[in-house]
Amino acid sequence: MRAMPASLSTAALRSDNVSPVDPLGVQREFDHYVSVLRDRLGLQVVMLPADEELPDCVFVEDTAVVCGSTALITRPGAPSRRSETVAMKGALTELGLNIVEMNDESATMDGGDVLFTGKEFFVGLSKRTNQRGAEILANTFKDYAVSTIPVEEGLHLKSFCSMAGPNLIAIGSSDAAQKALKVIQQMSDCKYEKLTVPDDRAANCVYMNLPGKGDVLLHCTPEVFPESAKVFERLKSHMLIPVSNQEKMKVDGALTCLSVLLRI
Amino acid sequence: MTTEAGSETDVKKEPEKVPEVEQQQEQETVPPQTEEQSSKPAESEAPPTAAAAADQPQEENQIAEPQSEPEASASPDPSSPPAASAQKKEKGISRFLPPWLKRQKSQSQEKPAESPTPHTEPIEEKSVKEEDEEEKKSGDQPDGGAAERTEEVEVKEEAQSRPQEEEQEKEEEEKEKEEEKSVGSADTQPAREEREGEPEVKESEEKKEEKKEQEQVIQPEESAALLPHKLSKKMKMVVCHVTLLDGSQFSCEVEKRAKGQYLFFEVCEHLNLVEKDYFALSFKDNAEQRCWLDPTKEIKRQIRNSQWQFAFSVKFYPPDPSQLTEDLTRYLLCLQLRQDIASGRLPCSFVTHALLGSYALQAELGDQDPDEHRLDYISDFQFAPNQTKELEEKVMELHKSHRGMTPAQADAQFLENAKKLSMYGVDLHHAKDSEGVDIMLGVCANGLLIYKDRLRINRFAWPKILKISYKRSNFYIKIRPGEAEQFESTVGFKLPNHRAAKRVWKVCVEHHTFFRLTSPEQPTKSKFLTLGSKFRYSGRTQAQARQASTLIDRPTPYFQRTSSKRISRSLDGAPMVNISDYSRAVDSAAGGDNGPALELNSDSKSKLRVQGENIYVRHSNLMLEDLDKTQEDVLKHQASISELKRSFMEAAPEPRPSQWDKRLTGSPATTLRLQAPGSTEVKPEVNGQPEVVEVVEETVVIEEVVKAKPKSPTPEPESAAQDRSLSSDSESEDEAEYHAHTPSISVQLIKEEPEEELNQQAPPSEPEPITETEPAVPAPSAQTEEDEAPNGHSPIPEAPPTETEEEEPHIVNGGVSRVETEVICCSEPPVVKTEMVTISDTFAAQKTEISTKEVPIVHTETKTITYEAAQLDGNGDGEPGVLMTAQTITSESLCTTTTTHITKTLKGGLSETRIEKRIVITGDSDIDHDQALAQAIKEAKEQHPDMSVTRVVVHKETELAEEDD
Repeated sequence: MRAMPASLSTAALRSDNVSPVDPLGVQREFDHYVSVLRDRLGLQVVMLPADEELPDCVFVEDTAVVCGSTALITRPGAPSRRSETVAMKGALTELGLNIVEMNDESATMDGGDVLFTGKEFFVGLSKRTNQRGAEILANTFKDYAVSTIPVEEGLHLKSFCSMAGPNLIAIGSSDAAQKALKVIQQMSDCKYEKLTVPDDRAANCVYMNLPGKGDVLLHCTPEVFPESAKVFERLKSHMLIPVSNQEKMKVDGALTCLSVLLRI
Repeated sequence: MTTEAGSETDVKKEPEKVPEVEQQQEQETVPPQTEEQSSKPAESEAPPTAAAAADQPQEENQIAEPQSEPEASASPDPSSPPAASAQKKEKGISRFLPPWLKRQKSQSQEKPAESPTPHTEPIEEKSVKEEDEEEKKSGDQPDGGAAERTEEVEVKEEAQSRPQEEEQEKEEEEKEKEEEKSVGSADTQPAREEREGEPEVKESEEKKEEKKEQEQVIQPEESAALLPHKLSKKMKMVVCHVTLLDGSQFSCEVEKRAKGQYLFFEVCEHLNLVEKDYFALSFKDNAEQRCWLDPTKEIKRQIRNSQWQFAFSVKFYPPDPSQLTEDLTRYLLCLQLRQDIASGRLPCSFVTHALLGSYALQAELGDQDPDEHRLDYISDFQFAPNQTKELEEKVMELHKSHRGMTPAQADAQFLENAKKLSMYGVDLHHAKDSEGVDIMLGVCANGLLIYKDRLRINRFAWPKILKISYKRSNFYIKIRPGEAEQFESTVGFKLPNHRAAKRVWKVCVEHHTFFRLTSPEQPTKSKFLTLGSKFRYSGRTQAQARQASTLIDRPTPYFQRTSSKRISRSLDGAPMVNISDYSRAVDSAAGGDNGPALELNSDSKSKLRVQGENIYVRHSNLMLEDLDKTQEDVLKHQASISELKRSFMEAAPEPRPSQWDKRLTGSPATTLRLQAPGSTEVKPEVNGQPEVVEVVEETVVIEEVVKAKPKSPTPEPESAAQDRSLSSDSESEDEAEYHAHTPSISVQLIKEEPEEELNQQAPPSEPEPITETEPAVPAPSAQTEEDEAPNGHSPIPEAPPTETEEEEPHIVNGGVSRVETEVICCSEPPVVKTEMVTISDTFAAQKTEISTKEVPIVHTETKTITYEAAQLDGNGDGEPGVLMTAQTITSESLCTTTTTHITKTLKGGLSETRIEKRIVITGDSDIDHDQALAQAIKEAKEQHPDMSVTRVVVHKETELAEEDD
């Protein structure tokens, strides 16, 4: 994870400009997220220092894709975010991962476009991620099939979907989301189950399989997405932890964006 | 089962004569004991003298000098002195009518180079043609049907040859036999055990040859006179070099016109490989492209001007290698994958390279020995395209952790990891998309994958593909429309050239058939003046291969994995008997040493057939609903089935060219299922044949499954037809089409694709509006099922009624007790109500009586119900046999139901006991069916060592997933 810069609320990139971000609220949500991971789930949290020059630096997910013992340092689609990878690379190197860098000038990739199902990768081709970036990912993780999914709406592929279980894809209800799911299903040899939630943004949840705790899912709160939360609550075998993400959503920050999960 | 034996011998039949001829010719110039023979004494099964003896008479004729001494040895088989005398008597005639020479000549004439005698040509051409036809038959029907057909042919031929001089025939047969054996010895092949195990088949093979000879005997005598000088021309033999998976070379002499399968079987025999369906031979064409050797075609025509250099490789990568039966097969697959990995064809990450490398080391070297294994021990191995020191170190580190793992375990682990790789089993072909962008087409078990660089940009699962075709250098697939779409779409790809397009098309056809169908469909032969490629995959499908695998019954073959001595050798003398051979061996052995048994059989034949199958077996949690089904219903049902059978028998040989077009477009009607080849072949005529000495057992197993779930989403009305045919509009070899319709039976047998089920509750829209086939041509069976359907929803049978009639010409041994096992696997019964009606179509009176009594619906764990059927006083059709007792014992455990049906009959003072077992394994997908099946067979075998498995039915019903929300 990476600490939140104060500049987030003012300078972070955003796709719409409707409501102002509450700096205190966003910090509260962030702290809660950290405490869930560290205190409730007992995870080791490596916190990178905030960089005020990089207002989006809290969204570490976009800067690296980690699978197994290999980490691909991305080349974020937004030029303003490219330097975010420096700190990430340092931290991951320190953790002993094999680092692969996306050096190709023509390649772009945000980690938010990368959906890893455990069996294969889906890479959203979006405003932030291009074909070349996906190719480099495929070359990095050769064991896995890497399929490309056109992302027509939303910022990232994971803006409307994510893994909610070992074989379960949480997916939003919008046409774009459903269309993307169709493509995912067509492209895959695996048979994924789907968990359809009414709200696209609620489909972004953080799934972890933790020793001793089993399936853990961080998902949206009933306050923000009451209908979608109900869907998650039906997952009986999961340890469900509602985490509020209201403020970060205003700057297109989803739950998965805040962390890069890795097993060492 | 009989499958293997049948196809194999057919395959062998033709080429085998080749070396034999060669040998004979050599013997003209060389002393009888050829070097070949003497160099392989251990392998020869017949004593060399026999081989020599067999050739003697021939020599005589050739030289036209009556010799006295060979006559003594001319009767090599002591058990048949009449043959010898017959030969003597016949000497005079045979000088003029030497069948050998003529046959030989006909072979040599097959070669265009030989100077043909106008006289003899027409006849010989005919015989050649016949040979071809037979060959084709066998090629087309490699499954159970092949064996059956062969048998049928045999019978016919026998009948034909009767009028001819029987003595001569006998003599020839003797000679044939001897010669066959001597061929085996002269041939450079070690493992002949398999052949030994199937003497009956050999016999049929011999008879076929005999027939040809008979025909040729009628030839004018002049041709005989011409023979000697003809013979002096040598048969053209070619040495084939085959690179095996361990890198070693295997060389083998084949006749120039030999077909692909001859060489392939030689290689498999050399490797001692039984599960051969996953493998094939390939060669490099002029453009250095890898091409698969078509087993049914002449090698020479395929390789054209290329070298006679081949590679033995895996063609169909089994998606789950753990389902293979033999470690040897897995080992060979490992070798292939190691090659794929080292060459970069199968990309994998550093970690995977290291892991797979370490398993390879463990398999070949065993536990790591810290003293012996220094860092350099590893450099002999190639684990990756670019092997680094770092990788080698990692490999060694992991190797250490595998301590104690056996080679077989290490191979299994290797495969478990390799099979997950995304490019496992993907056959890539360069192509361009419609916009000229470079892409790769990847053909694999599940369908066609489209790659751009390393990225998967599209995927067409087999169920999505309606038609595969190519035209010039374009390759097309027609896609089934999605839910929202109205019409199917065609996607075209541009291949580098026409040959490449054809190659990818062929590979697609083969993969589709192998992985998606239950049995291959024969090429449409019937069409007059058909142009375009008739190519169809003619081997066994995966389903058939798996089925055959479960029946492999031989001691684990020994082979070596060492890196230095990589040539795996077969264990000498290891009995290599698979179950069909086994049963045949048992039977024929019994027949051979037991005269009385034959006698008994000859009067019992086909008259007494009390089958264990006349049982009503149903299973599912809903099965009780059907309990009140009356006997009339059963009979009615049975009538409809026999009706169905009749219509099938009538329909099957019909070409019906006009219907093709209908079938092409629409979803096929259920009746067309009956066109399915192989197992559904019905041969009623065999029953009546008086010449058949063996007990002809006929088992009609008709399964019918009714889907009773009201919600049943009526998936793919494609239920019936394996709808592939040549379209009538293909104009040249430059194009061909393949319709990839799949019968629903295979939909169950082969894992269903998710996308169709996940979202489709409604039946998929028909491909073309013209053909609303779904209700249009309902099969009789479908109608009967409709009656039982709870709602108007036309239920599509989960498995279209499969008719299988198996006739088994067995020579029952003196004990007259035989066990038949029938195994039926079913899965996931909770969802789909399944009804299986198994009816033996003979002995109706008895059957119905039993079936009313036996409706053993046992849900609980283990129960044994014993029924003792009332004694029937041989009424019926005036049987000479009297049924003493008929007993059925049913026991059911959680997932298996075993029904044992014991029938005792009294016949002319001899009592015959027939034990028939039917094992039904039911369970949901959690059960390892293959294992359960193997276990069941094993157990049955333990009880009755000489039983034969007549039928294995695998039946899978997949639960259709419902919408999540």
